[in-house]
This record gives sequence, C-alpha cells and structure tokens, in this order.
Amino acid sequence: MQAKSFFELMQWGPQGWLDEMVFATGLTLAVAIVGFLFGLLFGTVAATAKLSGSGLARRVADVYTTVLRGIPDLLVIYLFYFGGSAVVTSIGQMMGAQGFIGLPGFLVGTLAIGIVSGAYQTEVIRGAYLAIPPGEIDAARAFGLSGLALLRRIVGPQVMRYGLPGMGNIWQLVLKESALVAVVGLSITLSEIRLADLVVFFETRFSDLLRQAHVAAGSTRQPFVFYITAVAFYLVLTTASTWIFRRAETWATRGMRRV
Amino acid sequence: MDLTFIYDSFVRLLGGVPLTLQLAFSSIGIGLVAAILLALMMRAWFRPIAWVAESFVFVFRGTPLLVQIFLIYYGLGQFRPVLDEMGIWWFFRSPYYCALLALTLNTAAYGAEIVRGGLQSIPAGQIEAARAFGMSGLTLYRRIVAPIALRQALPAYGNEIILMIKATSLVSTITLMEVTGLAHKIISETFRSFEVFFAAGAIYLIINFAMTRLIGFAEYKIAPDLDRANRPAEVH
Repeated sequence: MQAKSFFELMQWGPQGWLDEMVFATGLTLAVAIVGFLFGLLFGTVAATAKLSGSGLARRVADVYTTVLRGIPDLLVIYLFYFGGSAVVTSIGQMMGAQGFIGLPGFLVGTLAIGIVSGAYQTEVIRGAYLAIPPGEIDAARAFGLSGLALLRRIVGPQVMRYGLPGMGNIWQLVLKESALVAVVGLSITLSEIRLADLVVFFETRFSDLLRQAHVAAGSTRQPFVFYITAVAFYLVLTTASTWIFRRAETWATRGMRRV
Repeated sequence: MDLTFIYDSFVRLLGGVPLTLQLAFSSIGIGLVAAILLALMMRAWFRPIAWVAESFVFVFRGTPLLVQIFLIYYGLGQFRPVLDEMGIWWFFRSPYYCALLALTLNTAAYGAEIVRGGLQSIPAGQIEAARAFGMSGLTLYRRIVAPIALRQALPAYGNEIILMIKATSLVSTITLMEVTGLAHKIISETFRSFEVFFAAGAIYLIINFAMTRLIGFAEYKIAPDLDRANRPAEVH
C-alpha cells in the first residue's frame, strides 16, 4: 500500500486527521484552562494560609507547597486517577454498586494539574501580596476601607498586577503539563459532557492533543507526521499565550510610572 | 494505611533510584555542555548561527517534554529503513537512549537561557577592566566571564536540576522502570495507590532535598562573600 502524503493525512473531514487534531488541541486548551483555574483556587487558599497569623495554617500550606513541588507531576496524576477511582469504587460498593467505577478523566486530570500548579501559584500570589507597599494598605485603612472593600479596591488589583508575570510562567507550565493527562488516557465521550442530544456526534471521542497524535500514529503507521504536528500545535498555543500575557502586562501596568 | 506495605513498596521502589539518578545526571551533564554551546551560539556575530540556536531553544521550551520523548522514540521509528542504513537504528530502537536524548535536548534548551542570562549579567566595566589588563580570548573567559556568570546562573540552574530529576519520571511512559515506572507497576498489581504514592513521593522528596542542600552548599562555596542567608543573625 502506498503511504499517504502529509497533506493527504492532514485533510479536514473523514479522510484526514486535521479536524481530529484541531479538536484535540481544543480539549488540551480546556484541560489547561480548567486546571489553571483549580490551581488559582488552591493557590489563593494556600497563600492566604501562609500569610495568615495562624501557625498551624502556615505549616499545612508549607507542607503542601514543599511536597507538591518536590515530586513528579506524573505521580500526582497516577494518585488521582487510581486513588480517586479506588475511593469512588469503595464508596459505590458501600452503597450497593458493583465492580470498578472509573472517574471521568477530565475531572481527575484537571484536579491533579490544579493541585500541582496551585503549589506554584501559592508562591506567586504570596510574593505579589508582599510586593504591595504597606503604606497603601495603611492609607486604605485610614480611609475606612476594610475587609472585602480593601481586598477588592486595593489588594486585589495590585496582587493581579504584580503576580501577572509569574502567572504567565505558570500558565506555560500548565499548558505543557496538560500533555501528561494523555498517559491516563483522557478522552471524553460527548455523552459525558451531556451533549448526547447531538446524536450525530454521539460516538465521537475527543482526546487531548498528545493522545490523539498517539492514536492517529498507531492507525496510520506514520508516527512522525502526527507527533511533529502535535509539536507545531503546542508551539501555536505557547506562542499565542506569550503574546497574550505580554499584552495583559502592558495593560495591567498602564497606570504605573515607567523608569 | 498499612505501614508494612508502604515499607515494602519503598524498598522495591529503591531499585528504580539508580536509573532515575543515572538519567538525571547524564542528561544534566551532557545538557550543560550543550547549553553553554547554545548560549555562545546565540551571541554569535554571524546571525544565522544565532537563529539556529534560538529556534532550537524556542521549539524545546515551547513544547511538552512528553511530546518530545514520544516524537523521538515513536516518531523516528517511521524512518527505520533510513536509520538502519545509517547504522544508528540501535540508538533509536532503545528506549533508554531515546529518553536520554530527549531529556538532554530539553535541559539544554532551558539551560541555554539560564547561561545566556548569566553571561548577560556581567557588567561591561569588568570586561573593559580585564581588557585593560591585557586579557583577551580564553583567559578573559576563564578568569572573568565564567566565574561571574557561574555565580549568577547557579541558583536558576539548581532549579533546573530539581526539575530534571522530576522530569525523569516521564520516561516511564516508554517502558523504562525507574521510580515512577515501578510505582505504576506496583499500583497496577495491588491497586493500593495511596501507599505506593507515599513511598514514591518520599523517595523523590529525599533526592530533591539532598540536591537542594548540595546546590546551596555549592552556591556558598563559589561566593562566600555574597552569601547572606547563612550568616549568623544580627543582634538588635
């Protein structure tokens, strides 16, 4: 059989793989965004704990950031995938269900990425908070601002401004980390995301970019073509992110004095 | 929580430590040489040489390491007849060499940026002063540039070393049985992910803690006069 050329393989539609690869890039982006947002949540909580007066909260947060930054991400993903399923299965058996219950890959993958990136985000948020000149907070208090108003008007905007460059770096990490979910075989059936009504797509499975490349490589026996395409799509994602974050930084520092 | 099982797993997982360390140290060692070459290329007067190095760094920093590993191990298999003819198929057939190559190229790209930053941080006055003393070429690099750049780059390079130790876990996806690979194997045999996770996590934490201390010691050794963290606390 004559091997197909690159352009034959990369057609849009049922003959080629371009549409699958583009959708897979979309899922990779979705995993990264949701994982990053989970991380923002964990990071904010841990940063608050670290900045709080409570010794216990600070120690717990210290353990969290030290451990999660010291072990490989893949290990965390394995823990969430196998451990999470084990917990759900045993709960299910208590309630009378039978057999092994798998967790949705999307939830497990994004939570694992969130826990890991949250450990890095903690330090960025903490650093950004400490970068706020204490005089500004004193001044705000003198104006009678406190609690939420202080957070919304003075602390929040400045944490975002000072934290943006660090967050940009973490976003790039998360984007690349999202490739790891391919290892536990993240693919969501459309029924799982409750689009079952679209009967036409019912059987379609979306995979993340790396897994899709792996699947296509296996079925066409042209692995290099698909992995190099995955490389190109990842470069598009990271380059676009760099550009967006640079624009965001310009925007966020528009009111600051330039030295 | 079953302590004996954690202990047994820990002992079994220790069998993967040599491979983890071997991969990490070989790739960091070879990668450092490549990183220095790349950093020097990026400063080349002849721009096309710089573009080659910059493109390399752009591609390897902009894509996930796992994709690079798959591209080299599975992807290059497509060119088996060509590689066979060139007599280098034995290299690309082996998951060990492919993993080593991917890790080395990856850390070379990140390292190049760190080395470049170190070289950029050298005050122009230092170089001018050295030239005024009659130093040039290799002597200038050996006596002035390298020591200053090393001091500047070591903290960032320390981070890169920790990242590489963690990154070796990815080679378990191409069948290599280092610590994470063994952990995955034990989990699939026993379905006791929490215990295995604790044991494997402890191993990585111990390795990384030791590395952090070693790097801190090296930082202190090469710049004792600049070290502030290890000074006795001032009395108020």
